[in-house]
Amino acid sequence: MTALSLREKLAILSDAAKYDASCASSGSAKRDSLKSGGIGSTEGSGICHSYAPDGRCISLLKILLTNFCIYDCSYCINRSSSNVRRARFSVDDVVQLTMDFYRRNYIEGLFLSSGVIRSPDETMGEMVEVARRLRIEEKFGGYIHLKTIPEASAGLIEMAGLYADRLSINVELPTDEGVKKLAPEKKPETIRLSMAKLRRKIEEKAEPTLQSRKRERFAPGGQSTQMIVGADRMSDDGILRASARLYGSYHLRRVYYSAFSPIPDSSSSLPLQRPPLMREHRLYQADWLMRFYGFSQPEILAGSADGMLDLAIDPKLAWALRNRGRFPVDVNRAEREALLRVPGLGTKVIDRIIETRRYRRLRLEDVGRICHSVAKLRPFIIAEGWSPGALTDKAGLRQVITGSCEQLSLF
Amino acid sequence: MARIQLDLATHLVRLDSETDFAGWRDAARRLATNDIAPEDIAWQVVLEDDFRGDDLPTAKPEARLVVPRDFVERAETVICHCDPERFGLLYRLLWRLRSEPKLLSIASDPDIRRLEAMEKAVGRDIHKMRAFVRFRKIGEGEDDRYVAWFEPEHFIVERNADFFARRYTGMRWTILTPHASADWDGERLAIGPGAGKRDAPAEDDAETLWRTYFENIFNPARLKVKAMQKEMPKKYWRNLPEASLIPDLIAGADKAASAMIARMPSTPAPHHAKVQAKHWPTPAPADANESDGAETIPELRALAKGCHRCPLWRDATQTVFGEGPESADVIFVGEQPGDQEDLAGKPFVGPAGKVFDAILDDAAIDRRKVYVTNAVKHFKFEPRGKRRIHSKPNAGEIQACRWWLDKELDLIEPNLVVALGATAAQSLLGKAVPITKMRGEVVEREDGLRVFLTIHPSFILRIREPEDKEAERERFLDDMRKVKELMAA
Repeated sequence: MTALSLREKLAILSDAAKYDASCASSGSAKRDSLKSGGIGSTEGSGICHSYAPDGRCISLLKILLTNFCIYDCSYCINRSSSNVRRARFSVDDVVQLTMDFYRRNYIEGLFLSSGVIRSPDETMGEMVEVARRLRIEEKFGGYIHLKTIPEASAGLIEMAGLYADRLSINVELPTDEGVKKLAPEKKPETIRLSMAKLRRKIEEKAEPTLQSRKRERFAPGGQSTQMIVGADRMSDDGILRASARLYGSYHLRRVYYSAFSPIPDSSSSLPLQRPPLMREHRLYQADWLMRFYGFSQPEILAGSADGMLDLAIDPKLAWALRNRGRFPVDVNRAEREALLRVPGLGTKVIDRIIETRRYRRLRLEDVGRICHSVAKLRPFIIAEGWSPGALTDKAGLRQVITGSCEQLSLF
Repeated sequence: MARIQLDLATHLVRLDSETDFAGWRDAARRLATNDIAPEDIAWQVVLEDDFRGDDLPTAKPEARLVVPRDFVERAETVICHCDPERFGLLYRLLWRLRSEPKLLSIASDPDIRRLEAMEKAVGRDIHKMRAFVRFRKIGEGEDDRYVAWFEPEHFIVERNADFFARRYTGMRWTILTPHASADWDGERLAIGPGAGKRDAPAEDDAETLWRTYFENIFNPARLKVKAMQKEMPKKYWRNLPEASLIPDLIAGADKAASAMIARMPSTPAPHHAKVQAKHWPTPAPADANESDGAETIPELRALAKGCHRCPLWRDATQTVFGEGPESADVIFVGEQPGDQEDLAGKPFVGPAGKVFDAILDDAAIDRRKVYVTNAVKHFKFEPRGKRRIHSKPNAGEIQACRWWLDKELDLIEPNLVVALGATAAQSLLGKAVPITKMRGEVVEREDGLRVFLTIHPSFILRIREPEDKEAERERFLDDMRKVKELMAA
């Protein structure tokens, strides 16, 4: 076997990384290079430097250190039984690529993951070494996200947290049974314990130390995880239940949903079909309802027949149609919590409505100016000079709304 | 600085540059304090330095012009917009603010809508510049520098240059645009005149690698061209080295995706059997649930790790087993682990545990010499955002977990058990008992085991009134003193 060129390795090891949905480069501590004289900054909101034709943002250099792996997870292109081409970066390769890309403003930073080779500590050790080299030797101030190997030793995790902005461990599937079936060597109980340890560590380090009164750095961007959607038969309700549990238990910043995508050289135990992209999208919307709109997990799908999110309309509209007794809501009087339930009103628009109504009463057209379109929300609000009357409870309301939304999108 | 020239019908304001905020502000102050209405003013950017005439009215110092600070900041952003009407809009807003001080809060006002739309457009352009500038390297070693050609929609180079200085402090760089350029020599930022595309380098070797990455990170099974173009409009493509790949990637996506789906699963890779044999030699041990025969507490604890006797294991992190010496004279039984215990895997380490520890200390009971456990060994909760709300275990769960508690009692053989709260009492006595009524009493079980009944320490935590809280703490301390006496007996 001839040695692979850097370009060949990059092709193999980025192809191997593309099934991980996580891309965020946001939510870390603010820092820049003015003092260090190095390269790199993070300023709160992340930047997407490019977009692939799959509509996904390219923010980080997302690669695997190696795609050799001793695990045989059937949904994964890098499982040990797969016939995919294998490659392995050196620590130098990754440091060099990251710096070269970052200097040209292609990326916000590095998202490094890896297949597990030989032992978890050996693999994690190399990943930590990449991060250390970047931070210390290259004075790199950009974003670093390290995938954490659950079985790695506490000392390595501590170092990972010192250099990385974010750490993540993928739960992959919403239930332990699902993991055991599709990823027989993975241990869901170890994954949970690792997440619990990370949360404790993050909380411990967020407290100022007694001696220096300074906070020690540990993964300022928190931890996240990913669940694959559509590889097993779990319902959306079950997936969201798992998310709610993960957010509550381990204070994750994000749960990523990744529509199961057919992979080259696929295992026969998995559905060979197009990834359920709309389902993935609806799950993200439902996730937002839990995190920013005050919805508890059980109520999102309460009253639905099959525990699945409606693919044709967004989950808030679907909820509103099932709970019409809570509407209409008066935009000039209602509490923020009630406004958050109105289909078509986002958090920013609601802030603007609340600010504006301190000084004048809002008419339907005023609301329209603030939020672009009233097609979706007309039946659910009362405004000055506007009441939906019987519209709210109309039998064919769903069609009325979807029809007018479609017309609007024709413009 | 701006120069104002009076015209017959209108006042003509001449600004030095497209982003001459100082000039706009100076002129606006003079005009507004002289009550000159927006419709009587025309605004113009004059780049040539010819007219020097300054026949504007001087600002009337007695006419105070007060505007919200927010307005100044927002005006500084909006002045970067390419719409020639921005100067007039800003003046009109300034004019209206004199009589409508809350105007900026009226999101439904058409002028405010326009202000916000312009602000948003400038903000987006600034963001896209940060995203889509592509540096090309020239020179090597000590002489290397990075040069980019970029075409923003608005006049944002000056406003955005600091960002690049904060980010690329350690390298020398220049960003060229049609209207202005920014240059960083490693120490100082300089804003210069506009340039042309040909002033920037035409290529960079790293782009081959970048294009390789772009091609391979794309998943053809997820084609979403509209989503891509919404965030990366075509107008930016001509300066992005990766963009020329897009048409072919789109054209080939369907074929590539179909090929992935159509390809039959193949036989496992040759090395797979070896990997399996080496790393996963034995099948996972069967569920430890029913396997009995633990003879020590550590053995029992190890068995309990895989407990699936009731469904609570599904949502919890881990089994939180009892802790303490096997020779303990007394066992304290709580209800169930809480948030902190679930994470740490140890009983009574959370807020209630701290109260418990402090009171044991006051009662001169050494926690290291007692055994502490829970009636139910997995945390039962409802997630609420970032919190977990404790839920009470039901009779079935208590019953299922009693299996473990009985084993703990068997192995330790204490001469006293303390039931902390109703759940523990129910588990130990096999039936619900009124704890508040029977608190402080000792109940002897049929097997002769003495059970001391008291409240759960978390009850003290939940009392808001400080006096009541202190009183309850005292009562609990009394209980613990009784326990201390009973331990010796």
